[in-house]
Amino acid sequence: MAARSRRNKTTEIFALGNEAVVEGALIAGGTFYAGYPITPSTEIAEEMSSRLPHLRGGVFIQMEDEIAGLGAVIGASLAGRKAMTATSGPGFSLMQEHIGYACITEVPLVLVNVMRAGPSTGMPTNPAQADVQQARWGTHGDHPIIVLSASDVQECLRLTVTAFNYAEKYRTPVILLLDEVTAHTREKISLPDPEDINIYSRLTPSMPPEWYMPYEDNMRGVAAMPPLGAGYRYHVTGLIHDDHGYPTSKPREVEHIMHRLFRKIDQFFYDIQIVDETQCEDAETCIIAYGCVARSAELAVQQARERGVRAGLLKLKTLFPFPRPAVEKMLRQCSSVVVPEMNMGQMSREIKRVNNGQSKILTLNRVDGQIITPGQILSKILKG
Amino acid sequence: MAKVTQLIHNYLRHSKRFPHVFCPGCGHGIVLGSLIRSIDSMGLAKDDVVLVAGIGCSGRIPVYVDFNTIHTTHGRALTFATGIKLANPRLKVIVVMGDGDALSIGGNHLIHAARRNIGVTALVLNNHIYGMTGGQSSCTTPTGSFSTTTPFGQLEDEFDISRVAKVCGASFVARTTVMQASAMDSLISEAVMHPGFGLVEILSPCHTQYGRKNRFKTCVDMYKWLQKSSPPLEKYRELTPEKQEKAIATGIFEKKDCEGLEEKYARMRRNLRGER
Repeated sequence: MAARSRRNKTTEIFALGNEAVVEGALIAGGTFYAGYPITPSTEIAEEMSSRLPHLRGGVFIQMEDEIAGLGAVIGASLAGRKAMTATSGPGFSLMQEHIGYACITEVPLVLVNVMRAGPSTGMPTNPAQADVQQARWGTHGDHPIIVLSASDVQECLRLTVTAFNYAEKYRTPVILLLDEVTAHTREKISLPDPEDINIYSRLTPSMPPEWYMPYEDNMRGVAAMPPLGAGYRYHVTGLIHDDHGYPTSKPREVEHIMHRLFRKIDQFFYDIQIVDETQCEDAETCIIAYGCVARSAELAVQQARERGVRAGLLKLKTLFPFPRPAVEKMLRQCSSVVVPEMNMGQMSREIKRVNNGQSKILTLNRVDGQIITPGQILSKILKG
Repeated sequence: MAKVTQLIHNYLRHSKRFPHVFCPGCGHGIVLGSLIRSIDSMGLAKDDVVLVAGIGCSGRIPVYVDFNTIHTTHGRALTFATGIKLANPRLKVIVVMGDGDALSIGGNHLIHAARRNIGVTALVLNNHIYGMTGGQSSCTTPTGSFSTTTPFGQLEDEFDISRVAKVCGASFVARTTVMQASAMDSLISEAVMHPGFGLVEILSPCHTQYGRKNRFKTCVDMYKWLQKSSPPLEKYRELTPEKQEKAIATGIFEKKDCEGLEEKYARMRRNLRGER
């Protein structure tokens, strides 16, 4: 009941998407940020540099490059902190090796990638959504990963909290994708009462240190994780390791850890799949979108309905693991599905992969550094 | 001897499947022994020591010892160490790197760790070669010497690791060799106790990959050469310039009173939060 009486204690502020990420991180219990400045993500670092030193134990450090930024974040997370970094295209490319390291060593962390137009230096101040498949497969080797995508400023806050929760719950790096438009939109958001938000922190071991196995398989597939210096001395390595953390190349042990890594994400799929359905119940045409494009799509749905077309919107907040059941439902239901995205078709290929001829898939791709407008989506819906 | 061995056994992970990966004649085991003796003599608790390593032969050192051990990515060990130290300054963070690890791929991180004076200790095990990948040249392979990627002799000049660290602002810099084990013990202790960034360069020969390609018939020849050509700093200064050219000075090159970055940050935070 105490929670209910506090329910109205929300504060409203004007914030950039990037600033909302910082609010979310602090609500989630983040106390460590390391990174390297890169447009259009810099406001996250700037805001962190002034906010974190005010927190107990809070640390902000600007490293020499993005590789170092993610390295320091992994170190801090091993030391028990909720830690994050933020970057954009070129920096995201540099971070790939350490993403793989965090996957195999199962180190919780949050990485925000504010997508700008690429490849290479590209157009630093223009938006794009072209890092979607890189977020899934950028680092070498087979690995599971969680990728989220925010489409407005309020979502930047909420999904940052969610990203920290997933990272801590499943001991995995979580990538939050924003685009330049979402990151640099300033709008009113409400800061939720922290009491109303579920915050999850990693499970720490309670057994005697000599019983502790850092990569023990259990029902959840996620072992408890002690902070460095707490009496549980163990070995962390990017080499494929056994349940004790020691390097191994025995086929049976290698297969075991690889399968467990995938299983720990797969078996919690329904906890991780987040989608929003707008007017989907009776939709004949469905738009599947994410990021800032989903906002254009919302208006396009309205306009289509005004013209008598039964349109709906499936907004993906989780991009990976790919929300297949939610997408398949719309593919079964609708005669056509429109997939607008600011790349050459990185998400539409996932949707086509599961379509099996059920629906007509219309792609709408824009790669000129401009956002996709509601009008463009509408004409795609009307003309097919 | 038996006593020393017993002491070392107290720190080894016997659950780890020995034997270790090091070749006969490798100096890295001597360094590990020295590191254990230093930590024991300082009376540090195993829980308070974090041993971080990069990739390469030196990167395999941590797995054998019963500390908090982290085997990171190639060249980036110092970045992990920086994160750990800032997150929990109570921990003693010791970073073990090879020459290629610390100065080729990880050169950027080394110069910045030295500049920002983060309170971690870097032990750079210099064997002048990429041992684990089969004897390719590194940035410390001496000019003119041979490796599998410099079959006609190294044309480039080599890095002087200690000099690089010193000019980048490291507040404690020393060099020693595996032929001076007891001097190494005390240098490592001094570096670990030093409040800012400390670097100890340790010449640790690789006969398997470097020696055999560079006219050292046996590893004993190599160790003898190392002993002969690494005079203490005082003796080095008395040598003629021609002889200095061929010698490698050992000893402490830099020792400044200072405060580690993590201490400065904690003070700033206390001031901002109005704590004392």
